[in-house]
Amino acid sequence: MNELIEKMVPRFPVNKKDSLLGMLQEIQKAHGFLTEELIREVAQYLHLPVNKIYGLATFYDQFRFHALGKYHFQICNGTSCHLSESSINIKDLENQLYTKDGGISRDRKFSLESVSCMGSCEQGPVVKINATVFTNVSPDELNRIIRSLKDKTE
Amino acid sequence: MSVLDSIQTKDFLIEKILKNYSGIFDKGTGEQLALIKREKVIHPVLYLGMGTCGIVSGADKTYMAIQKYLNDNNLEAEVVKTGCLGFCSAEPLLDIQLPGKARISYQHVTQEKVEDLLNAVFHHTLIPENILGQHRFASHEEWPGVDFIDQHPFFAQQHRNVLHNTGLISPWSIDDYLARGGYKSLFKTVLNYTPDKVCEIIEQSELRGRGGGGYATGKKWRNALDTGSDQKFLVCNAEESDPGVFLNRAFIEGDPHRVLEGIAIASYAIGANSAYIHIRYNHEQSLMIMENAIAQAKEYGILGENIFASGFNLNLFIRKGAGAFVCGEETSLIASMESQRGTPQTKPPYPTEKGLFGHPTVVNNVETLANVPAILENGPTWFRSIGTNGSKGTKVISLAGKATRKGFVEVPMGIPISNIVFDIAGGISDGKPLKAVQIGGPFGICIPPKGLSAEIGYESLQEIGASLGLCGLTLLDEDICMVSLSKYFMKLLHKESCGKCIPCREGTHRMLEILEGITKRPKEESSHETLERFKGVVQLENLAEVIHDTSLCGLGKNAPNPVLSSLKWFRDEFEEHIFDRKCRAGVCNDLRSFFIDVDICNGCNVCQKKCPETAIIGAIRMPHFIVESKCTGCGICFDSCKFNAIYYK
Ligand SMILES: Cc1cc2nc3c(=O)[nH]c(=O)nc-3n(C[C@H](O)[C@H](O)[C@H](O)COP(=O)(O)O)c2cc1C
Repeated sequence: MNELIEKMVPRFPVNKKDSLLGMLQEIQKAHGFLTEELIREVAQYLHLPVNKIYGLATFYDQFRFHALGKYHFQICNGTSCHLSESSINIKDLENQLYTKDGGISRDRKFSLESVSCMGSCEQGPVVKINATVFTNVSPDELNRIIRSLKDKTE
Repeated sequence: MSVLDSIQTKDFLIEKILKNYSGIFDKGTGEQLALIKREKVIHPVLYLGMGTCGIVSGADKTYMAIQKYLNDNNLEAEVVKTGCLGFCSAEPLLDIQLPGKARISYQHVTQEKVEDLLNAVFHHTLIPENILGQHRFASHEEWPGVDFIDQHPFFAQQHRNVLHNTGLISPWSIDDYLARGGYKSLFKTVLNYTPDKVCEIIEQSELRGRGGGGYATGKKWRNALDTGSDQKFLVCNAEESDPGVFLNRAFIEGDPHRVLEGIAIASYAIGANSAYIHIRYNHEQSLMIMENAIAQAKEYGILGENIFASGFNLNLFIRKGAGAFVCGEETSLIASMESQRGTPQTKPPYPTEKGLFGHPTVVNNVETLANVPAILENGPTWFRSIGTNGSKGTKVISLAGKATRKGFVEVPMGIPISNIVFDIAGGISDGKPLKAVQIGGPFGICIPPKGLSAEIGYESLQEIGASLGLCGLTLLDEDICMVSLSKYFMKLLHKESCGKCIPCREGTHRMLEILEGITKRPKEESSHETLERFKGVVQLENLAEVIHDTSLCGLGKNAPNPVLSSLKWFRDEFEEHIFDRKCRAGVCNDLRSFFIDVDICNGCNVCQKKCPETAIIGAIRMPHFIVESKCTGCGICFDSCKFNAIYYK
């Protein structure tokens, strides 16, 4: 058995009907994203069909099947942020980050995701890059941030 | 009187305060309590708002600046991290309380302001800028010339019952809650009342669910109590995935123990020994605070086995929601807790008969449960005295959009919407005219200014076609396009439709197509498409009716609301889009045509580089030109031009 799953065994007993969601959440937390292999392992452990687990994981917003970029952009798509004057043009952003909403750029540097309300409606538009939250972001400012991230070589 | 250590504080609060029925105590106890409640302080106390909104506004940097200031100046002071007071647009909020003096609130305290501000306050003078007001307290000396916070327009019309402690106490400390009489109702309930009696009290109070449905809470509890089963569950619904609403987060981040007390009382009333709190995975601050609160309550013996030696056991678990809008609906919520896809079930059987794992389950909203402790403390008659005929008590409302003052407020039911919009929120910022108020999130409606005399309440809102829902008000000004807004909500509902029933899955898709059709660029359109567009518009209302009548759950039933209400009140705007192909607010990209003013353009070439469609041509240092047939109207060039040489019609 995969050691990641082995570690979870005491907390998620096989016979509990509701172990699955919690397990997937923990796996994603530890591994960053879900893979086919991990899903197979969980299926084996919980005696569930793989397609059921896949069906569950694709239903919810939380789960993803690819790693995050070095810089993970989360764009708030709540009502307030959507309506704010300088609301962010997601198409423009996709072009600049070389990725699609919910995807990752080829060089694995940027990933982009539009999310539902982040609870800071008075400060919109809100953009979260990794753990840093930027508020009242204007398109200009966002361009500046992206440029500085692109220039960063490591 | 000396300050107690933490173990003494715990014993003191439980033995002398919580278990004190009469509420009367001797002088020594009173003084000790005043110390714990920080009514009397020995050192200065600084209260910093550290809810989600505060942190986003930079409160953690302010916190560091405060710590640095205190260290550098060798000052002894307590810094308390509170939740949000509700006035989110004034964050970061810093309150300062000097010994013997009134607590004074400062708004917009960013890190660079800390030093000057504290310098002044510690020398008993005040910097007049950024003062929000001072808190009223009898034995505190007032600051001269400073208004009281309860006279501030944002607070003057509020009736803070659920939000009584929010923003004033530390959500990380159970002591703060206990010292203010917390958990007394639970103590009284489990020792003195039968579950039947608790249901009766809640029934008498006429409390109704705050999560959307408005079902009578007492009746719901009674149904669960009367269903025979060896296992019952209580679920606290804090999913809150409405975009633009942040109330449930606010309760949990401001006063988590009030929610826990409500949960414990409700569990007792229905005979449940396990309770769950369902919080969405990305509400990180709420999750942390709730975990901490539960651990503290267990440590104090308020949750767990044999609570207050009454024989009542309660185990509480947090469930992290994996994020799906439809999981706010109670049957989907239960499915998601059972690790299924979150799709709704037909009712009946109602969850109170057959819910989580097949056992009777009561699902209640956070705000509903947070109302419970005060009802048991003050009695059902007190609760009934607030509000209107069908809607008792208060309602917490979030204010967002283009409002001058944003945040969340608690008002008595029956208050006209106009009072909230103009008095509390201060209308649209910069004095612009108000176009409409969106109420109730994605299922809600847009009300034009002339409809704002409607009152907050279940029936009164139903009359105008809205529902109370989680009750977020979003203020809209002239820059908002109603068609685009309807499209935004429809897009959200289309994405979040779980796909189980066809009217909702296909209906929302079709409605979205129609709305996209009328906001799409006319040039690319063949005559067949034009015909389709007109047909679609004719069908829109018909389609809405079918979706409403045949969908399984509230999501589908209410999905057409935003479109229908906008069609009713703002029909001319829709017609303008359809017939004149014009968007008066300039929001619908595709209906805009961009042009470059040759007199201003200096040929800097920025727009040409940025244009994703290569629709801009021109040599460097020469005025550029937009090829109309290639332009998609995305507006990127407009945003990127530093010389305002680009305009649209
Ligand atoms: C699509 C949909 C979303 C909902 N979202 C929520 C929600 O986020 N929070 C909530 O408390 N109730 C929500 N509800 C209402 C719940 O189904 C349920 O009525 C409520 O949690 C019951 O609690 P109450 O009686 O305390 O209001 C939603 C309903 C629907 C149809």
